[in-house]
Amino acid sequence: MATSSEAGLFLLLALAKSAVVLVILLTSIAYIVWVERKVVARIQSRWGPYLVGPHGLLQPIADALKFLFKEDIVPLEVDRVVYWLAPFLTFTLAFLSIAVIPFGGTFAFRGHPIAFQITDLNVGLLFVFAVTSLGVYSIALAGWSANSKYPLFGGLRSSAQMISYELSLGLGVVGVLMIAGTLSLRGIVEGQQGFWHIGGLPILPRWNVFLQPVGFLIYFTAAVAETNRVPFDLPEGETELVGGFHTEYSSFKFAMFFMAEYANMVTVSCLATLLFFGGWLGPAFGPAPVRALLSVFWFCLKVFGFLFFYIWMRGTLPRFRYDQLMAFGWKFLVPLALLNILVTSFVIAWLSA
Amino acid sequence: MTALFYICATVAVLAALNVIVQRTPVYSALSLIVVLCSLAVVYLLLGAEFMAVIQVIVYAGAIMVLFVLVIMLLNAGREVPSHRSRLAHWVGAPLVAAFLIEVLIVVWRQFPAATTSPAPALDAGPTAIGHLLFRNYVLPFEVTSILILVAVLGAVVLAKKEF
Amino acid sequence: MVPLSHYLALSVILFVLGAAGFVIRRNIVTIFMCIELMLNAANLAFVAFSRHLGNLDGQIFAFFVIVVAAAEAAVGLAIIIAIYRNRGSLNIEDVDSMKL
Repeated sequence: MATSSEAGLFLLLALAKSAVVLVILLTSIAYIVWVERKVVARIQSRWGPYLVGPHGLLQPIADALKFLFKEDIVPLEVDRVVYWLAPFLTFTLAFLSIAVIPFGGTFAFRGHPIAFQITDLNVGLLFVFAVTSLGVYSIALAGWSANSKYPLFGGLRSSAQMISYELSLGLGVVGVLMIAGTLSLRGIVEGQQGFWHIGGLPILPRWNVFLQPVGFLIYFTAAVAETNRVPFDLPEGETELVGGFHTEYSSFKFAMFFMAEYANMVTVSCLATLLFFGGWLGPAFGPAPVRALLSVFWFCLKVFGFLFFYIWMRGTLPRFRYDQLMAFGWKFLVPLALLNILVTSFVIAWLSA
Repeated sequence: MTALFYICATVAVLAALNVIVQRTPVYSALSLIVVLCSLAVVYLLLGAEFMAVIQVIVYAGAIMVLFVLVIMLLNAGREVPSHRSRLAHWVGAPLVAAFLIEVLIVVWRQFPAATTSPAPALDAGPTAIGHLLFRNYVLPFEVTSILILVAVLGAVVLAKKEF
Repeated sequence: MVPLSHYLALSVILFVLGAAGFVIRRNIVTIFMCIELMLNAANLAFVAFSRHLGNLDGQIFAFFVIVVAAAEAAVGLAIIIAIYRNRGSLNIEDVDSMKL
């Protein structure tokens, strides 16, 4: 920072961006829940919420009011400090990784370039992994603090599952990093610009999913396991472990776990589009402000596609048994990811020779 | 920037104090995680961004998870106060304080604030560290990979149930 | 600019706190955590020196310290689990059958 007024402006801009992103994210989480209930209901040949507001669109608001006013039951034998800490920790960590995600290109505001991103770390991807690693604690602590059998088992199983799939999550992305040559998320997307041409005609956009299909599958599978969603949602399945690690939580603290799960889903989908599907790149036309907004639109469209796929899987697939889940993570995904890294590095070395 | 260092240093020292004072192991583990994360911020302030994220991912996100899971599995409850001599209490605390002050004085004399100024900012990003790690230090790197393999095998064998 | 001695002072304080905790505490897992605290204090010293001497070797060494600490934590916790299975207690005063 050269002058303190520059520093002040930087801080103000960062705060403004954070506020906008948080508000948008919280609203979208509420409506992702609505979309999920509607889509899963249609898959199961029923209507879903339709009473509150047209097509049940005010249902999330009704649910939020319910969570706020419901009685907060705290069992006697819980460990007070950790019981209160766990939901807030989950909630904070879930919204922390949004700080490095670029939603669109840059636009110029009175000569200053402003990026649709709160901050661009040059170890941005590692920052997201760091936040994911810390997310394991919230579930383990939630399960432990409830001082009861089922939450403890749910918490331990879930944390073991998360640390197992964290490994394949990281390894699946290494292929993309070798191609991009940078850990900055903006840099990875900018490396995917342009098209491949055959005979002068642009055939395919230069998205990393076409260069790293196996890497994409590994990443997405590990990401679904990380967010504890179907088919890897054993730790919170109702038929298996009562409520899993959030059994002893009620009203607002339960709502925080709930929101954190959907925020994690959003983060993972954003990363999948940035790393493999070209982020905000898409057909751009018109004057500069329109281009900037169009980039955000393409990004949101791709993220919504991934979220829809998540919801589709929830309505369709059965869940893995715990030992199948762990065997799949360690004995299949990790060797496959290592093989992917090996093959990618050989191809890169051969092509640059 | 400098204010942030002093804030993080205070947080780290208070959390470290909490580690050694708490009777419940889970609270000690959580305080140690706070120490690790504040040290990661200090590394960021030192310009070592790669070390900062590695500290969080590996130390706070993997090693401490191991600690927390073991504490939960072994159900380590509150610690009972020791039955040792009270004399050790009354003599020990001043001795620790004396040790601390002595080492601080040595450090202060050795590196006076006026004469030590940092070298020009070096690029400590992943590329630079990768260059060093895989060229100059490739032998220790490979040796540590064998070390980790041995540690995994050892841990599995030691913690297995005897039937 | 924060002078080097301040970083080293923080490192020293954390180290002494870790050493004091190592001697005071009775629970094996807490003792182990104090060891990790001491290792972190050493890491901080390495990274601080690396910055002030303009040399990346300090950070490489800190990286190796983290890796070795991970290996040591894994084996140490496995030993703790084995001790718990044999003695039924995590109190280090109960693991003294080789004392004179």
